[in-house]
Amino acid sequence: MQSTEHIVLPEGSLEKLTTTLNLGPTHPATHGVFQNILEMDGERIQKATSTVGYIHRAFEKIAERRPLYQITPLTDRLNYCSSPINNMGWHLTCEKLLGVETPKRVDYLRIIIMELARISDHLICNSIVGVDSGAFSGFLYLMQYRELIYEIYEEVCGSRLTTNIGRIGGFERNFTNAAFEKLERFLKEYPVQLKEFENLFLRNRIFMGRTIGCGPISAERALNYGFTGPNLRAAGVDYDVRVHTPYSSYQDFDFTVPVGTTGDCYDRFLVRGEEMWQSLSIINQAYKKVQEFKGTEADIFHADVPAYYLPEKKDVYTKMEALIYHFKIIMGETEIPAGEVYTSVEGANGELGFYLISDGGRTPYRLHFRRPCFIYYQAYPEITKGSMLSDAIITMSSLNLIAGELDA
Amino acid sequence: MSLTNEIIKQRLVEKFGDQLTDWVEPYGMLTFTAPKDQNLKVLQFLFDDAELRFQFLTDLQAVHYPAKKGEELAVVYHLHNLVDNVRIRFKVFADITKPDVFSATALYQSANWMERETYDFFGVNFLGHPNLIRVLNVDEMDYFPMRKEFPMEEQTRVDKDDAMFGR
Repeated sequence: MQSTEHIVLPEGSLEKLTTTLNLGPTHPATHGVFQNILEMDGERIQKATSTVGYIHRAFEKIAERRPLYQITPLTDRLNYCSSPINNMGWHLTCEKLLGVETPKRVDYLRIIIMELARISDHLICNSIVGVDSGAFSGFLYLMQYRELIYEIYEEVCGSRLTTNIGRIGGFERNFTNAAFEKLERFLKEYPVQLKEFENLFLRNRIFMGRTIGCGPISAERALNYGFTGPNLRAAGVDYDVRVHTPYSSYQDFDFTVPVGTTGDCYDRFLVRGEEMWQSLSIINQAYKKVQEFKGTEADIFHADVPAYYLPEKKDVYTKMEALIYHFKIIMGETEIPAGEVYTSVEGANGELGFYLISDGGRTPYRLHFRRPCFIYYQAYPEITKGSMLSDAIITMSSLNLIAGELDA
Repeated sequence: MSLTNEIIKQRLVEKFGDQLTDWVEPYGMLTFTAPKDQNLKVLQFLFDDAELRFQFLTDLQAVHYPAKKGEELAVVYHLHNLVDNVRIRFKVFADITKPDVFSATALYQSANWMERETYDFFGVNFLGHPNLIRVLNVDEMDYFPMRKEFPMEEQTRVDKDDAMFGR
């Protein structure tokens, strides 16, 4: 308790021993649009109240009036640092509902894209943790390589950030040679840079001092708070959707799931770092498997689902059937079978789930996105209680909060 | 991986008898309906039982069925047993004029915001929730936008009378 003897407060003012500080909604340190109202005692946080919803776009409502293929661009905007994983998760949900079997080559190509997305997400998160602890150069090192990943997306689907990549049943077009060349370049150059990045941080005394013991959470609390993904694994629980419920042929790959022990910022950093190495290994394996497809097999890039997969444009101009399908798909006139399905994929932040109810109409009756960010962000007041303001900011960036995923 | 849907169903029927209804398995996930006032008992039993161990709340949300009179709002729980890697789903139905459902926040911290979101969009009143206020929409909003009485423009409508573009 501080002495108030010498302070004369104006008549009627409320005496308060803590300072209220608004962190956000638009603040460079929050890396996204959300607000924290902090009650500060000196530089220690007594209480944090999180406010979200600043970029809520009612995707679940919009999706109730859209045919399946038009929902893919909505999923782009959930976790926009790794849009392809969201897109693929949505395609997998539709395919499960429709009972579509995808060819192996499609699965492997999807895995390449999803793991690239995971790397691009983790590299942002880890380098931002670096920035928030005062090391800016690591960020610049890695940021160039996100550019290489985006060039691969661009070669495959034409866009970079909000990708809308793939279709129900596969990809919109086959991977070009240029795409594979860019992938090879990335696989060759990125490990060198990632190693250098890790050299900068992993045994760096200042970085360790800033992150070890900062924003920790126990495994039990993390599970109770619904943590998934790297944040849960950093707390020591080896739950990974790719292993528990393999989708898109993840069972064909050999990789390990890194786990931490304390669930603090340093462990989250290590887990994400190791996941990038594992993703690189998965991409290498998948690329090898893709190269094994020769001749006509190498031309397979989608499953045969004429009712949902757009026909080739030249067929639309010359064939009656293709023309009909083209219009039916574009106008959203295909009835979806009735059913109820929950599918999840391992997003960069955790279990990204899609709960889709169809009543047999042309659009989903109800669609719910299980956004990992939204669920684990609840723990933020608890894990920052009593910590310094600057530690709370590192904790926020190491939880990898993405405003798009918070708000949906 | 020894925990199968049959065993789960058997254990639940032993405990709750015929209170649990509508057993289905869409796409392999065991789904059932529980009476509205039993939701916490079911959650607690699934959590505590040494064999079932459904201790992870994956998801919680609501669905609005305007045609089902007296049980318009369904609250859907997705639970996950991480040890045996089994998921189940169960629903409780509430009357839209009195949508009171017991809150799961005492059992799962993660239910806090999920229930706030469900309240925000569907108006389900979670009894016992520590802080049941809107989370994504503005505080001043006085309706529940995800209910079916607020339709979006019909994009896939069939009455296309515009000769040029069909809408």
